[in-house]
Amino acid sequence: MHYARPNTDGSKVQFESRYGNFIGGELVAPVKGRYFENVSPVTGRGFCEIARSGAEDVERALDAAHAAKIKWGKTAAAERSKLLLRIADVMEQNLELLAVAETWDNGKPVRETLAADLPLAIDHFRYFAGCLRADEGSMAELDANTVSYHLKEPLGVVAQIIPWNFPLLMAAWKMAPALAAGNCVVLKPAEQTPASIMVWAKLVADILPPGVLNIVHGFGIEAGKPLAQSPRIAKVAFTGETTTGRLIMQYASENIIPVTLELGGKSPNIFFADVMAKDDAFRQKALEGFAMFALNQGEVCTCPSRALVDGSIYDAFMDLATARTRAIEPGDPLDTNTRIGAQASNDQLEKILSYIDIGKKEGAKLRLGGERVKLPGELAGGYYVAPTIFEGQNKMRIFQEEIFGPVVSVARFDGFDQAIEIANDTLYGLGAGVWTRDVHAAFRAGRAIEAGRVWTNCYHLYPAHAAFGGYKHSGIGRETHKMMLDHYQQTKNILTSYDEKPMGFF
Amino acid sequence: MAASDVRVRATAAAAEWIRKLTAQHGPLMFHQSGGCCDGSAPMCYRLGEFKIGSRDVLLGELEGAPFWIGGDQFERWAHTTLTIDVVKGRGAGFSLEAPEGVRFLTRSDLCDVPPA
Repeated sequence: MHYARPNTDGSKVQFESRYGNFIGGELVAPVKGRYFENVSPVTGRGFCEIARSGAEDVERALDAAHAAKIKWGKTAAAERSKLLLRIADVMEQNLELLAVAETWDNGKPVRETLAADLPLAIDHFRYFAGCLRADEGSMAELDANTVSYHLKEPLGVVAQIIPWNFPLLMAAWKMAPALAAGNCVVLKPAEQTPASIMVWAKLVADILPPGVLNIVHGFGIEAGKPLAQSPRIAKVAFTGETTTGRLIMQYASENIIPVTLELGGKSPNIFFADVMAKDDAFRQKALEGFAMFALNQGEVCTCPSRALVDGSIYDAFMDLATARTRAIEPGDPLDTNTRIGAQASNDQLEKILSYIDIGKKEGAKLRLGGERVKLPGELAGGYYVAPTIFEGQNKMRIFQEEIFGPVVSVARFDGFDQAIEIANDTLYGLGAGVWTRDVHAAFRAGRAIEAGRVWTNCYHLYPAHAAFGGYKHSGIGRETHKMMLDHYQQTKNILTSYDEKPMGFF
Repeated sequence: MAASDVRVRATAAAAEWIRKLTAQHGPLMFHQSGGCCDGSAPMCYRLGEFKIGSRDVLLGELEGAPFWIGGDQFERWAHTTLTIDVVKGRGAGFSLEAPEGVRFLTRSDLCDVPPA
């Protein structure tokens, strides 16, 4: 099936020609009236204008959020939960519309937005709507007459800066727990993918009380900075890269507020020798696990972009893995048969090509792909890259930094210890994959790898009830899982004496 | 692949943008990023905007703007020299050129310079 292009007859999506900000429950124009052009990576052409906000718009959003925060923070859990469930329902009723909008804004295949991005985002709101109902403080009897109560309180107004690789899903990951915990949110979407969330905002605009959720568009330096630096926020959450992560921490230190940072990885995907022991479903699953580097065009913080393969199976495994990867061909993202779409932007495309260049210069062997793909017709201006397999060793740059494209760097290892040594020889520690039929080796590897998430005999699953976050330079804090409620709450301790007698000190 | 004692340089187009941005914003600095999304991109800030840490390494200057990289990252990039180019785009992050519709891009070559 092929979905009609947005803004054509019969399309699920009619984008407006211009989007402002979403503040205080309304769509409002930016104060200075400035906009920037938003390009679809599918065609490389502009399709709408987006508010180019400044500090004055951020202040307006913060005003709205602060005006709403007391009431929202005191709104009963049952009511907050009900509203999150309603958001999920509206998203589900409009799943195709949102999926097509997301594909057009980001470039990823609609096959993925229909099956992954949107269902996961919807479930995220439902999950936190559920957690919220079961969340509770604690009480301890310190002695016969002294009781310590731990009550949870929202932080207040929080800032969330969203990346461009999963615009709606990453927004859901950040918004759902923050809103569930009783906070008001000022969200800044990425400037590469600002449109789909406005389609979403229009659908859910009436569900939340005005000011509880606010969306401010614009460039990092003009809108992101005044938001992250504001003394009126109680927390800032950011997904992106390390230099901006440090800058966000620096800004947060000015106001002594907490940060959540998710800054990426260079995730190893380890294939032990017994993967090839039988020609069965598990072997097929492992080969699919290898090809997962192409999911979302490789634009995933946990992209399994370093495949480590046991030397004893290397040649046979790589022959099968290469054949599996060769079948993934870039195509029209709106065609449900397409399994890899467009990179999100021209600069992203250029960065990927620059890494393919240094990979070759360093002597890595290009086994597959390694080039930009020009698709015919309207797609000729889009940003497509062929899935690429390099073979080399772990000290090469293509093994050390996330390329954020459909590029996997493969190295061989000799035995368990060397596999772990190579896996951990990285600045990052976000995701990892382990493939083996030996449950003992799987568990030992899972514990030995310094990463926040070790997929064991699976990869790229993102359930709400599993904590996601990084070790080492990959960041601070976690996302997803009910523990996120705690990350968006203060602990209030009320220490109460029920003893009428004085202590006797003075 | 040519050996070089310069660890970071700018293309003519990038140099022109650095001069343009300097005229607009005052003295500038760069910090090489790592990680996801816009990781591997050089970030351009007003001089002093980004706090340089004790382990950051100064790779050189571009049109008078100091160019830094994190110490751990430098260890893993030390065998390459960087050429800062500029392409169409806007990136993410807080880099100063983004609103202009261009993005600085790091290109790399092998070098034989001993680690600084």
